[in-house]
Amino acid sequence: MPNSSISAKAAAPLDLAVARDRRRTGVRRFIMALLALGLGLLVSVVLATGIGRMEVSWPTVFSVIFGKLGFTVAPVDRTTEVVVWGIRLSRVVLSGLVGAALATAGVVFQGLLLNPLADPFTLGVSTGAALGVALLVMLGVGGSFLGLSPLPLGALLGALGAMVVVLVLSRESGGRIRKESLILAGIVVSTFLSALISLIKSLDEESLSAIVFWIMGSFSGRGWIHVGFLLPYMVLGLVLSFWYHRELDIMALGEEQSHHLGVAVSKVRLNLLLGASLLTAGAVSVSGVIGFVGLVVPHLVRVLAGPSHGRLLVLSALTGALILIWADVAARVLLASGQELPVGVVTALLGGPFFFYLLKSRRTRGMW
Amino acid sequence: MIRVETLELGYGERLVLKDLNFQVKQGEFVGLLGPNGSGKSTLLHALSGLLAPRQGKIIIRDEHLGTLSSRLRAQMLAVVPQTSDVRFPFPCLEIVLMGRYPHRQRLGSLTDEDLLWALRSMRRTTTEHLQERPVTEVSGGERQRVVIARALAQDPQILLLDEATSSLDVRKKLEIFEILKFLNATQNLTVLCAMHDLNLAALYCGRLMFIRDGGIVRDGPTEEVFTPAILGQVYETPMEVIRHPGHQRPYAVMLPLSPGEMEEDAPEVARA
Repeated sequence: MPNSSISAKAAAPLDLAVARDRRRTGVRRFIMALLALGLGLLVSVVLATGIGRMEVSWPTVFSVIFGKLGFTVAPVDRTTEVVVWGIRLSRVVLSGLVGAALATAGVVFQGLLLNPLADPFTLGVSTGAALGVALLVMLGVGGSFLGLSPLPLGALLGALGAMVVVLVLSRESGGRIRKESLILAGIVVSTFLSALISLIKSLDEESLSAIVFWIMGSFSGRGWIHVGFLLPYMVLGLVLSFWYHRELDIMALGEEQSHHLGVAVSKVRLNLLLGASLLTAGAVSVSGVIGFVGLVVPHLVRVLAGPSHGRLLVLSALTGALILIWADVAARVLLASGQELPVGVVTALLGGPFFFYLLKSRRTRGMW
Repeated sequence: MIRVETLELGYGERLVLKDLNFQVKQGEFVGLLGPNGSGKSTLLHALSGLLAPRQGKIIIRDEHLGTLSSRLRAQMLAVVPQTSDVRFPFPCLEIVLMGRYPHRQRLGSLTDEDLLWALRSMRRTTTEHLQERPVTEVSGGERQRVVIARALAQDPQILLLDEATSSLDVRKKLEIFEILKFLNATQNLTVLCAMHDLNLAALYCGRLMFIRDGGIVRDGPTEEVFTPAILGQVYETPMEVIRHPGHQRPYAVMLPLSPGEMEEDAPEVARA
């Protein structure tokens, strides 16, 4: 009888210690990865700040940063200080924050929609945000109020609007979202919105350059003020995403089973979509549409760190920051003429082939 | 434990079940039987809070199901679906630990008690050896047992199963029902399972509820309601019920349909 084999095994004591140790090893590995990435990020910030048309040595970079933080350091001339602090470091920090925001949004979208191809870009959310910004620019709304810019708000409305349309389009009669139709709807919406942006562009010659900037994705000419624009959206978005990391794990089982396990599915889903949209909107409003970061980074991290979303979110944010910092350095220095590339071009050039590779190796292992 | 009063269920325009009234007491082992499309899953969806009733009420341990928080509901009631497809390669232990979700504090870390519950549940469903295996790489029967372990880790008083063993082979089916029988007998776990396999139901369920044509046709102790007349009426199939010489439980034998009984719009009868 089947019963006999069950009761025979029940005699052995439960291996609580073994299971606990095993989980602790996982935590230890996560902390190691966290420390390594954090250190890499700090080093990258300093290195990336030193690179550019004007040669600045690393010690000078350190002197400027520590000087600004209130330490007594060797005096640095005014021009160097402005270049390092005002132009380069702010840009490096901004690109890191945007990378973290996009990668986190990618993790949330992929986990929530159970779709490996979901990210702010493929879902049309980024383009929606860009349209929101373009509309405001056309209407001449800009500037800042108490350090807050209206542009991220326009981006947020655009992002939410695009997301609602995509979700409605891909929802079948039974309420289920089909994997293929989700991305299809995302592409349709994204293409349509891009056309609208182009229309605005041709109607309004004056804001042409400003709008092109948001379509291509670039950190050119961005500074601390933009870090300020992004931060509130970013903090709120990150808090919402991390708050629900356990629910994200459970949502991988599908909505029905999440419900059975006690997750308040509609509320959690709404909050997570809002969090991811806040992150996307904040990122797009300061840097334009940058693709592939939100798509590739979560995949990469999932292969290395496993599917648990608590770890995935933290490590993806750091990896996204790291990758976009260096992508922006490449955008600044790649062309010999001294001209800048839009950073969106760099991420697409790097991310496209990499994603192709991931897709290929994934399929052969039958995971998606 | 479960009380259902004048319950009416449906999707959109379509009415599926109406005027349902029944009670399930603690420690009962109830089989929910009926032809395809009779509304077994619909009833389970309603009992698990997925589908809001159009009318009537569902009361679980003196509380209205609709007013319970998701968390409290999941502490009392666990559900095992027919199949579960997990997209991400979580280790099986992590899947079972998800069953502790309704008992955990948001900011608290996993306690030894949670881990013990998970391990104990895996022991009961003989899935202990799968702890580290990614759930995406285990067989269908193993995955189903992991899902049952997850439901047990919820520490529920009521377990609902929606054709939970339909896709498994004979041995796996029996193993799972032995586990349910054990928990029912030792922990007083209330079990309500929708199923297709009549003889499996007769073997394990103390009470059977037959539904058809939008309502409960018969509801009673297996010995009383597992008769050729009732089975024939519910499934529109000629049946004989014999008593198994070994375990003495009733056993249904299908009889072939006579040519005259094959109608154009006959429901799917052969599957039962």
